[in-house]
Amino acid sequence: MKTGLSLIILLAPALIVILVLFAGGLSLGLSQSLGYMPIIGAYGFSLQAYFQLLASPGFLPSLLLTVSVSITATAIAVTLAVATALTLRKRFVGKRIISFLYQLPLTIPHLVVAVGIMMLVSQSGLLARAAFRVGLISDSSQFPVLVFDDLGIAIILVYVWKEVAFIGLIALAVLQSIGNDYEAQARSLGANSWQSFRHVLLPLIVPGILPGSIIVFAYTFSSFEVPFLLGKSFPAMLSVLSYRMYIDVDLDARPQAMAMSILIALFILILVLLYRRISQRLLRSSA
Amino acid sequence: MNGNRRGLRSRKCCARVLHRVVLIAIVGGVLLPIVPLLLWSVSHSWFFPQVVPSEIKLRAWSYIGSPFSKVLNALVNSLLVAGMVTVAAALLGVPAGRALGLRRFRGKAIVEFLILAPIIVPGLAVIMGVHVLFIRLGLVDTIFGVALVHLLPSLPYMIMVMSGVFANYNVEFEQQAYSLGAGRVRTFVQVTLPAVLPGMVTGALFVFLISWSQYILTVLIGGGRVITLPVLLFAFASAGDNAVTAALCIVFLAPAVLILLFTSRYLSGESGAMGGFGRL
Repeated sequence: MKTGLSLIILLAPALIVILVLFAGGLSLGLSQSLGYMPIIGAYGFSLQAYFQLLASPGFLPSLLLTVSVSITATAIAVTLAVATALTLRKRFVGKRIISFLYQLPLTIPHLVVAVGIMMLVSQSGLLARAAFRVGLISDSSQFPVLVFDDLGIAIILVYVWKEVAFIGLIALAVLQSIGNDYEAQARSLGANSWQSFRHVLLPLIVPGILPGSIIVFAYTFSSFEVPFLLGKSFPAMLSVLSYRMYIDVDLDARPQAMAMSILIALFILILVLLYRRISQRLLRSSA
Repeated sequence: MNGNRRGLRSRKCCARVLHRVVLIAIVGGVLLPIVPLLLWSVSHSWFFPQVVPSEIKLRAWSYIGSPFSKVLNALVNSLLVAGMVTVAAALLGVPAGRALGLRRFRGKAIVEFLILAPIIVPGLAVIMGVHVLFIRLGLVDTIFGVALVHLLPSLPYMIMVMSGVFANYNVEFEQQAYSLGAGRVRTFVQVTLPAVLPGMVTGALFVFLISWSQYILTVLIGGGRVITLPVLLFAFASAGDNAVTAALCIVFLAPAVLILLFTSRYLSGESGAMGGFGRL
């Protein structure tokens, strides 16, 4: 009884804050997406906003762009994170400085990175100037369009730059907990370094970095600032579209903005639940 | 035999080259987007195709330092909000992390999922609802309201980090302190706190930085009245004055770099602070 009580005392304050803000916010958003807006005298519930949204011509291109940007950014970030973590776990000269540099992106705000990437890869950016200097291009317009482009390349670059450290540090922690024993054993049994990585280390790392990767994917899928600064206005990523509708002077657009946000949330939620389902089943079958 | 040894040596050499290439790529990759920021912030005229600015002037910096630019005001607001959020997250998150790290109880999976939900479920969906809620509660346009809503994306990180720390924590030290006659407060200050402090610092770092870099939550809840650094930066970035934008970026990233200087070793150390992210 006493332990139950102390458990509640420990957990309740944090849970109340999260519940009120999160569940409260989500349910209000949901009810507005269903057209319940007492301020303008709308008390009914309907799926009208969802139908309007799905039928609107701008929705599908935005969805495709959002999916492709977040999948690409996450995949590149995970690959680079694993490769760099494998390198950084060894001892070498200057490890402290390089570790510091490696962690740096974790702390630098997305907005700053977005500005920096823009000044780096735009057609008048530093890379274009360097390309001109070495004679690769003779005019700034010959430099490929990487900002405000169709594929969201600058957006992807920002996310990759930011998230490699996040997943990489998790991978390092996982590698540390694995230790060298498995690998040494594989090597002593004749596996070369690629084989011991592919068949021994990788299967051990992946479950550890999967949750972090899903967090990154969810973040890139739904975050707003970077695509707002570096993205084309059409098609815009879903979050930007949703925000534009939300601040629209026309209050009729609001339920649609809410509906889009709810759909994004629902998609991510299903993804995570699916992941949990599958990983728990795998855990059970391996136990 | 000889050829085999030579093959082995060349493979080892190859691995060393690869190792070095990756290290150089890390250094270069990290620094690349920061370089143009530094150059732009001191540039006076810098036209294509000049690789470095033709004229160096501190115009952007003196503009930022002048009271006219409101940067100081924004800096104070940002520090105030992030400070409040960090303290609140520690007060709420350390106990919750302790419960999750040390205890097994029925419904734990649900509690964990609930705590993680705000960082999994995209912010916009929730924040638009919170906006409506805060309008009713009169919390919009206030610093307090902004700080409160910043807890939403940051508190889960604190709890996750602390639950990872407490999962590797040995409670028996506390019981020994009790049995030696130490009170609750003394046990906490002298036994618990030193053991979990590295993790707490890491968690606080996350919380501070999440609040520090928050834009959309601040704009929606602050309604344009609570001007923090990112809000100001966004305005400048959209307006297109590269020199001032770059200088502001450096002001904006400086505290983050400072904090990291002090906490870097906790992140990759054995404190288990990053291990909390191994579960979802």
